[in-house]
Amino acid sequence: MIPLLLIFITAFFFPGIIGKTKAIFSGRKGASVLQPYRDILKLFRKGSVYSENSTLIFQFTIPVYIAGLISAILVLPFGTHPGFISFEGDFVFFGYMMALSRFMMIIGALDTASGFEGMGANREAFYSMLIEPAFFVLLGTLAMFTGFDSFYDIFANLHYTSYFSILVAVIATYLLAQICLVENSRLPVDDPKTHLELTMVHEVMILDHSGFDLALIHIGNALKFGIFGLLIANCVIHVEWSPGIVYPLYFLTQVLFAVAIAIVESFRARNKMAFNPQYIINLSAISLLLIFVILIINNNL
Amino acid sequence: MDILIFQIALASSAVVFLAPKNYKYWISLIISATLILISSGWAIEAIAGSKAVIREFYFEFWDKKPELVIDKLSAFFILVINFTVLTGFIYAKGYLSPYLKKKSHISLSIHFFSLIWLHSSMIQATMLREGMAFLLVWELMALSSFLLVIFNGENKDVLRTGINYLVQMHLGFGALLVGFLMIKQATGTASFDALPIYFQDHNNFWLFLIFFFGFGIKAGFIPFHSWLPRAHPAAPTHVSAIMSGVIIKVGIYGILRVITHLQSSFLEISILVLVISAISGLMGVTLAIFQHDLKKLLAYHSIENIGIIGIGIGAALLGKYFDNSSLIYLGLGGALLHVLNHSLFKSALFYSAGSVLQATGTKNIEQLGGIFRKMPVTSMLFLISALAICGLPPFNGFISEFLIYNGVFQNLTHAGYANSLASIAIIVSLALIGGLAIFCFTKAFGVTFLGVSRSSFTGPLKERPLSMLIPGGMIVVVILAIGFLPAPFFRIIQSIQGEFAFVEGHISPAVTDYTLSQIGKVNLVFALIVIGLLALRWLHQRSIAVSHGPTWGCGYTAADHKHQYTSTSYADNLRQIIQPFISFKKNYEGFAEEEIFPKPKTFETHGNDKIEEKLIMKPINWLKDQMPKAGLAQTGSINHYLLYPILFMIAVGLLTYFGII
Repeated sequence: MIPLLLIFITAFFFPGIIGKTKAIFSGRKGASVLQPYRDILKLFRKGSVYSENSTLIFQFTIPVYIAGLISAILVLPFGTHPGFISFEGDFVFFGYMMALSRFMMIIGALDTASGFEGMGANREAFYSMLIEPAFFVLLGTLAMFTGFDSFYDIFANLHYTSYFSILVAVIATYLLAQICLVENSRLPVDDPKTHLELTMVHEVMILDHSGFDLALIHIGNALKFGIFGLLIANCVIHVEWSPGIVYPLYFLTQVLFAVAIAIVESFRARNKMAFNPQYIINLSAISLLLIFVILIINNNL
Repeated sequence: MDILIFQIALASSAVVFLAPKNYKYWISLIISATLILISSGWAIEAIAGSKAVIREFYFEFWDKKPELVIDKLSAFFILVINFTVLTGFIYAKGYLSPYLKKKSHISLSIHFFSLIWLHSSMIQATMLREGMAFLLVWELMALSSFLLVIFNGENKDVLRTGINYLVQMHLGFGALLVGFLMIKQATGTASFDALPIYFQDHNNFWLFLIFFFGFGIKAGFIPFHSWLPRAHPAAPTHVSAIMSGVIIKVGIYGILRVITHLQSSFLEISILVLVISAISGLMGVTLAIFQHDLKKLLAYHSIENIGIIGIGIGAALLGKYFDNSSLIYLGLGGALLHVLNHSLFKSALFYSAGSVLQATGTKNIEQLGGIFRKMPVTSMLFLISALAICGLPPFNGFISEFLIYNGVFQNLTHAGYANSLASIAIIVSLALIGGLAIFCFTKAFGVTFLGVSRSSFTGPLKERPLSMLIPGGMIVVVILAIGFLPAPFFRIIQSIQGEFAFVEGHISPAVTDYTLSQIGKVNLVFALIVIGLLALRWLHQRSIAVSHGPTWGCGYTAADHKHQYTSTSYADNLRQIIQPFISFKKNYEGFAEEEIFPKPKTFETHGNDKIEEKLIMKPINWLKDQMPKAGLAQTGSINHYLLYPILFMIAVGLLTYFGII
């Protein structure tokens, strides 16, 4: 259960750290790191308004969305601690559980009969379809490199396979961070702070969610950061280091990851909408290049 | 004894013609139920036992009594066929009831008669080994399904579609005939059982190619698919479900039957199967995204799923070439399980689509919307099947796709150069297919069932009668059973794999059982979390105000149903990046200069199948242009016609003289 716990702790601070860093970079003092949680608690206290256009499906989507994310977390390991459940090919389960969450989110948005939300739903479906190969190819290359095909075994062996582990880990980290940005609809694919519905991706999908559901959505976004943060930490941290180093290092990577996202968001403009597909397909291309790197490393080419 | 009842049941199908209109359904149901009971009995006996069940017919055909051989592979397909046909029959009760008054005595008789014969010919095709008898039932299958497709034949388009279907089926038939003749010439018997002898000392690839073409037309692999998106929407819904659910699987059965005996050329064959399957999967789902006709959309998805099945088969053959046991077992196992899975969720999807069609009178999803409010059960059945077809957990589609993925990933862990490239290609295509399927079904479900209605329908929209909901319900139960308890199902599949000659000497991976039970477990956890969260919200909302209001219009206050996202707009951003692979036709007539008071304008877009246009229609059109030139010889004057035989005889004489013939 340690990975689950770690993700929850990370997720708790992640949005706050991003917000705070961005505020500092833009010359403001910024709200406290815990502000997102005050917002969520406030939402829990509020009532819900459902759109008259929406059907019963709308009320199912968000609980299933969160359940999908939590189920995906269940297979994630951390260092020597396996996930709640671990089996061969568990990352396929992980990927498809995330996809289930997304599916639910999308049909929830379509259910409100709003043109804007349909637009967001469509973009979410489109971008996540494009990112899917990048994730699976990345895991394929890691499986190829380490000779194992479950999350736990891959990360347990990643650092011992050969001297090139560092190279592979660095590229994997880069790709995971990028996938995280796309999955979470952050810059440069989508700007969470945009104020125009026409150009939103994720934010426009949740316009009609309120109260309990909206709180869950915010928690879900934070969890997604935690998930990818943990994956990145697994690429960076050696399993055999003593717990006294591993846990501080874990939290350090998470803070660095959050700050990095904030820096990207502070200094980079968002992509033109029409440029996004190319940007995302690039990630798949990079992961395909990694294959050839590994083929060379493994002396197969 | 059982075979006698089987024969009597078949013979009594003629009674349908004599019965009054209202009884035809029940008579054919009884006959098909008898066939289902008997053949399922054989199938269960074959799967439970260790050797094939053999029955002999009581009549002679080509000097021999046809023999029904039910091994585990046949048994599996028999059970799949029987279940889908059973649900189809139940669904037909409700679906055909409006037709009872409209349709004539004879057309109803033909319909039910063909339904029985389609069922019986499908199960016999999986049991007969002898070539000529097999081809006979293969032909019966094509004819009966043709008659079923043209049920609404008074519509010219339906009739044309039916004839297109019939012609294409016969192309396949021709290829199979050639295949059997080749076996006969080499071994003396035209039978599947002679394949091992043939494959021993002949090139495996060419005969496989011929059979793959013949069976591939039935299965709907691209580029032999063009009948499929036409015939499925034209047929009545229960027939579409049976066609998409099982007829195309009989094609897969044929391919698998040939593969059971393969002995060499594994690399070439696996590459052939993989390339065609990957193209089928990707093109199938991409084309599905651009359809506005709900049934046509589902038809294209059949092509996609046939592609996934093919990828599994191809992966297994690749595993054989690279001598990787787990890839063989997981690829083949995934393919076989996907055969079952696809027959389940695809027929359920067709049933829901048919219910929508019957209730609203349209299949065009641009005119639908908000169906959920009026037909919640139908919509829920559609949603569950849609999630399953996208391969999402905790449903059955995930299990079969997972098996293929798992096999390929395991293969990657100790793969050489060529092997790993092939594996990565499989992973990329599966991942893309999965993503596109989600794209497509969020669209199909969202636009059809959610939101508000895009047009007004004549008559009240209400939930369909029970007979149209029960089939979907039955299927969903099986879908959930496979999703939550995958291990027992996979064990049955594993026992079937023993029928394949090439798995001999390979050990089935022991961990898979454990893996699948873990998936079952984590699926259960998922379900519990969902229930927990719903309960939590229910508790929470008991004490807190819940109200309803209009959708947030982003400041615009006059939003109405026309502002909803449509199917076309949903597909638009994908269209922009895959433009080269699909041809788009826009029909739009601009404003003329002298048009002072503009007339109403319409605007249409169609995403068309480029492969069909370039690879099939273009040569055919060319032939159509060229053929009349052969008419040059047909002068109509008797002198010329007398000249031709003389020229022929002179030619024969000369050729013989010079020893050329």
